[in-house]
Amino acid sequence: MNTIRHSLGKRSLVHLTLVAFTLLALFPMALVIVNSFKSRRAIFDAPLALPTPESFTIIGYQRVIEQSDFLLFFGNSLIVTLIPLTLVLLFGAMAAWALSEYRFRGNRLLMLFLAIGIMVPIRLGTVSILELMVGLNLINTHLALILVYTAQGLPLAVFILHEFISQVPKELKEAARCDGVSEYRLFFQIILPLIRPAIATVAVFTMVPMWNDLWFPLILAPSEQTQTIQLGVQQFIGQYATDWNAVLSALTLAVLPVLVLYVFFSQHLIRGLTSGAVK
Amino acid sequence: MSHRFPWHLVFFLAPALIIYGVFSAYPLVDTLRLSFFVESVTGERRFSGLTNFYTLLGESTWSNAFWNALWNNIRFFLIHMLVQNPIALLLAALLSLKGLKGARTYRTLIFLPTLLSVVIIGFIWQLILSPLWGVSEGLLAMLGLDFLFDAWLGNESSALTTLALISVWQFVGIPMMLIYASLLSIPDDIIEAATVDGASPWRIFWRIKLPLVLPTLGLVTILTFVGNFNAFELIYAVKGALAGPNYSTDILGTFFYRTFFGYQSQIGSATLGATVATLMFLVILLGVMAYFFAIQRRLTRYQM
Repeated sequence: MNTIRHSLGKRSLVHLTLVAFTLLALFPMALVIVNSFKSRRAIFDAPLALPTPESFTIIGYQRVIEQSDFLLFFGNSLIVTLIPLTLVLLFGAMAAWALSEYRFRGNRLLMLFLAIGIMVPIRLGTVSILELMVGLNLINTHLALILVYTAQGLPLAVFILHEFISQVPKELKEAARCDGVSEYRLFFQIILPLIRPAIATVAVFTMVPMWNDLWFPLILAPSEQTQTIQLGVQQFIGQYATDWNAVLSALTLAVLPVLVLYVFFSQHLIRGLTSGAVK
Repeated sequence: MSHRFPWHLVFFLAPALIIYGVFSAYPLVDTLRLSFFVESVTGERRFSGLTNFYTLLGESTWSNAFWNALWNNIRFFLIHMLVQNPIALLLAALLSLKGLKGARTYRTLIFLPTLLSVVIIGFIWQLILSPLWGVSEGLLAMLGLDFLFDAWLGNESSALTTLALISVWQFVGIPMMLIYASLLSIPDDIIEAATVDGASPWRIFWRIKLPLVLPTLGLVTILTFVGNFNAFELIYAVKGALAGPNYSTDILGTFFYRTFFGYQSQIGSATLGATVATLMFLVILLGVMAYFFAIQRRLTRYQM
């Protein structure tokens, strides 16, 4: 009897701790989202209250849409995230295939060369990246960000995909080769579909830092026309700091896409992060 | 010619190697090279050996700022090590308890903030901690602790610690998840054998589980290290490039940005910027080497 009560008490303590941390993790976002739908008065008078019929308003959202090019920023972010993502996955898988399948001189050296890109943040090369982009006349273009993000994402993608491709059974490849399938078709029609789950995991890892980056948009593409959502929100908030409705709405709009994606992909992402230890 | 030229190798490897080589590896090497050059007013560059390093580390106007940024960065890292990683270990240990209901929900929700942009997180916490809004003061008052409230982000003595704790709040999910996975991969029979031998859960955790997840803790340490010494966005979003008040939140990332681009009356310098980047590279390299040679080698002995 006593031990059961004892362990019940322990279990509730465990849940209490975990619930506390969960609330702490969610509270800031929830607070911002809830208050973005309230009138200025209600934001200050009762920050913790839910919007009531009297205090409900979407004026903040209207102002964000009117006074900033939010849709443009959003589109820019999509362009400089999705295009490099596609390139990282395609070129990364191709390189991973070559490095794991073919024995040639310099194979290990190339892996080491790529490993540097995982250890050393690409940001440290900013001075030369900027000069390179100035030389190529790519400042304030999407292409500048696309190239840098592709270079940033490739090394880790190659390493993770390399792991998966080396697990593809040898017999499968030999059988295809006996049937006279070319190396190119073997990769694009047999290997690529096989490693789809790994590609999805790499996709999430690659996408999040690109979408959230402020550093390179700030340095390589700060113009009005090429601003990404992070840079746009940062400048918008700097300009409208006293307009709390607009600030809270802008913050909500900026986190929304990630929240929606997370609802769909969280389990997949966590499985990828914990490399299968978690079911 | 018995061998045909391996065109397929070129086809598969070239795109990745060219883009990575031109836009990541080359700029890094070129940045290291630039740190040995000085620039004249007309923009001409000439080799100058270690001049930039003497300037940064020796001339007091520069060296004070550099050491201040480095020291702040070390404090930023230590706060992560002392707060983030122990909390992550605790959460992972709790989540991995056998038969815990809701573990999946907890871990999904606690991990969520790590995916959000650091800029947005910075702004959100700035609002929450703002005396103007009074949310945190109100919450503390509910607990009868409102005397503790202060403009934490505004005070020179507490701004850096507050920013580090915001960063801890955001990223605790990553070490938690890595340690959690590592705890789950411990074979059940080891734990069962210890239980049969009469070891308490507490003892099992300290004597069996913890040594087995030490390699993961090593990995977490080096990830935290590289991430912290590369940080920039949070300080820039909340405090701007000047990292106020009075440079008390200046870390290497913000110092690099100001040296490169200039600020107020100070003119930016590409070569001095490259020198700061080179010093950051050396700091990170030192950390990574310490990890590989000291920690990892000792830790592998525990691996099965």
